[in-house]
Amino acid sequence: MLHIKNLHAAVEEKEILKGIDLDVNPGEVHAIMGPNGSGKSTLASVIAGKEEFELLKGNITFEGEDISELDPEERAHKGLFLSFQYPVEIPGVSVTNFVKTAINENRKAKGEADMPAGEMLKMIKEKADMLEIDRKFLSRSLNEGFSGGEKKRNEIFQMAMLEPKLAILDETDSGLDIDALKVVANGVNKLKSKDNAVIVITHYQRLLDYIVPDFVHVLMNGKIVKSGTKELAYELEAKGYDWIKEELVK
Amino acid sequence: MSLKDKLVSSYIAFEDHLEDDSPIHDLRNDAIKVFEEKGFPSKKEEAWKYTSLNALLKNDYSIFPNNERSIELKDVRKYFLHDIDTYKLVFVDGVYNSFLSDTTHDSLDVCLLSSALNKPKYKAVIEAYFNKTAVKDSLTSLNTAFAKEGAYIHIPKNKEVEKPIEIINFSTGNEAAILLQPRNLIVVGENAHVQIIERHQSLSKNQVLTNSVTEIFAEKRAFVDYYKIQNDAHTASLVDSTYISQEQESHCRVHTFSFGGKLIRNNLNFYQKGERCDSTLNGITIIEDKQHVDHNTLVHHIAPNCESHQDYKGIFADSSTGVFNGKVYVEKDAQKLDAFQKNNNILVDDKASINSKPQLEIFADDVRCSHGCTIGQLDEEAMFYLQSRGIGKKEARALLMYAFANNVLESVKIPELKARINKLIATKIGVSLGFEL
Repeated sequence: MLHIKNLHAAVEEKEILKGIDLDVNPGEVHAIMGPNGSGKSTLASVIAGKEEFELLKGNITFEGEDISELDPEERAHKGLFLSFQYPVEIPGVSVTNFVKTAINENRKAKGEADMPAGEMLKMIKEKADMLEIDRKFLSRSLNEGFSGGEKKRNEIFQMAMLEPKLAILDETDSGLDIDALKVVANGVNKLKSKDNAVIVITHYQRLLDYIVPDFVHVLMNGKIVKSGTKELAYELEAKGYDWIKEELVK
Repeated sequence: MSLKDKLVSSYIAFEDHLEDDSPIHDLRNDAIKVFEEKGFPSKKEEAWKYTSLNALLKNDYSIFPNNERSIELKDVRKYFLHDIDTYKLVFVDGVYNSFLSDTTHDSLDVCLLSSALNKPKYKAVIEAYFNKTAVKDSLTSLNTAFAKEGAYIHIPKNKEVEKPIEIINFSTGNEAAILLQPRNLIVVGENAHVQIIERHQSLSKNQVLTNSVTEIFAEKRAFVDYYKIQNDAHTASLVDSTYISQEQESHCRVHTFSFGGKLIRNNLNFYQKGERCDSTLNGITIIEDKQHVDHNTLVHHIAPNCESHQDYKGIFADSSTGVFNGKVYVEKDAQKLDAFQKNNNILVDDKASINSKPQLEIFADDVRCSHGCTIGQLDEEAMFYLQSRGIGKKEARALLMYAFANNVLESVKIPELKARINKLIATKIGVSLGFEL
């Protein structure tokens, strides 16, 4: 589904990703872990197409197509979704209106007509219930004055509405208490199928107790230095990252 | 002959023509002297540093249009709030048009300044209010000298006017270039409520320069909501001077929507004379090409325990230019004041520019005043966020601009007008958003 080959990327001429290789197949959950500043969020942004990053080398293919040069919205139309670590506040545009706009823009790009209002409402209700989102929340301005937990829950709500093929969750667990974390993880699990895939970017193993990964990758200094199964996450939780550094030196 | 000389020499003939017993005869004579002495404002004056009238003054304006041009309702219907019932005062090339208007004398006066100036029964009101709050600067004086026609609105004590009043000034292009000088007088009695919408609209591509003056008097506990819609042709320019005098516990709010015109200068002046007054000055400016919009505001706090709120948003595309010059003046006795001023701008293109100058002059020691201005581009992180949701660049920009201007719209109290402004903004930004605004 997603194939990243020898990806080098820079921001303001500073190379941050220094040769990433990653293959994600349908039905898989990948976790990317790593210390602060290792390039985790950069990787997420580069996959989603953020313009301030310059691709120096390598490429990204999604479902057989090179998407390296596509605009972020074109990648979204192909089924990519990024859950932001710091979602942006949009005053004056309600959660519902925002989601409607996003869905219909995606449909328009595929040459489909707008989703009928009844169908849209039904879907909104369904997904909001699944994520235990209060109806009143939906008429509030997007992310404006939301708590950290509300913002993250709103990201997953958008993911649920847009039904992406590949979702990248960037530090979705940060700022969440354990109850909110369970609700969010539960939502992500319900959206999982054999046809879609998830990349979970996280600092802590905690989230991985609820969203169980098939593969765990350790990102350090712009490179994936170690890959393994979920046991690797436990090992990192127990021992930190230093032992990997030492291993690398050897 | 320069426009100034032409105006000064036309004045004698103009004044000769008028009824001799007009109560404002002396005011006119004094006013033309002020104008003759000061002339048109130049960039040398601090208040006109960033707005030049020079290019406009080169046109050979007709001062007294020859013929009244009739216009069809079907051609201008779109400029009215046609989906609700309103009182209407319509002027075509400066002349009252009774066919398009809907006036009243039934428990309130919505009629013409010309009749108020000439009929004895209005004499007391005219003497008490006319030109009593207007500043004697050159352009206001010019307007006073030639003051003849405009809206006269008098809301008596305790009257809540149930429908909005629209004041619309059309220009037809009957003349190659025309100078219009409407003069409005609005007196809102104790505890009375009124909503007024003012619009200037050119129906041709001929040059129009409007030098409009409006005086508003809000008596105790009066509520005045005033909306200015400035969405005129690219060949029409407007200098709009509004003077608002507020008595105790009155609430006055002026919304200025500047979406079009060649050059617009808004001089908006509030004088709070009684305690616990509340003034709101809101504005949204969205312009393009070489358009120019200048907001020059003054809130003069004289009495204690008052509030004022200013919120101006500007979006400037192409090589359009904007000016915000907002002054809050707090006198020694105006204690316990809450004054707030904000001016936020987005420059869409590199050639667009804005000069923003908030000013506070405070002579009281127990007040809360804040002001701030920002000038920036659309937030790139926000753009990326919207795009990553599948929203195209153009729509994403529109959504962000809409969000940027939105809080100013929140305070528009006439739903039909709000919907209309929403639509104008969407059109102006160039997209139809995927939901009902």
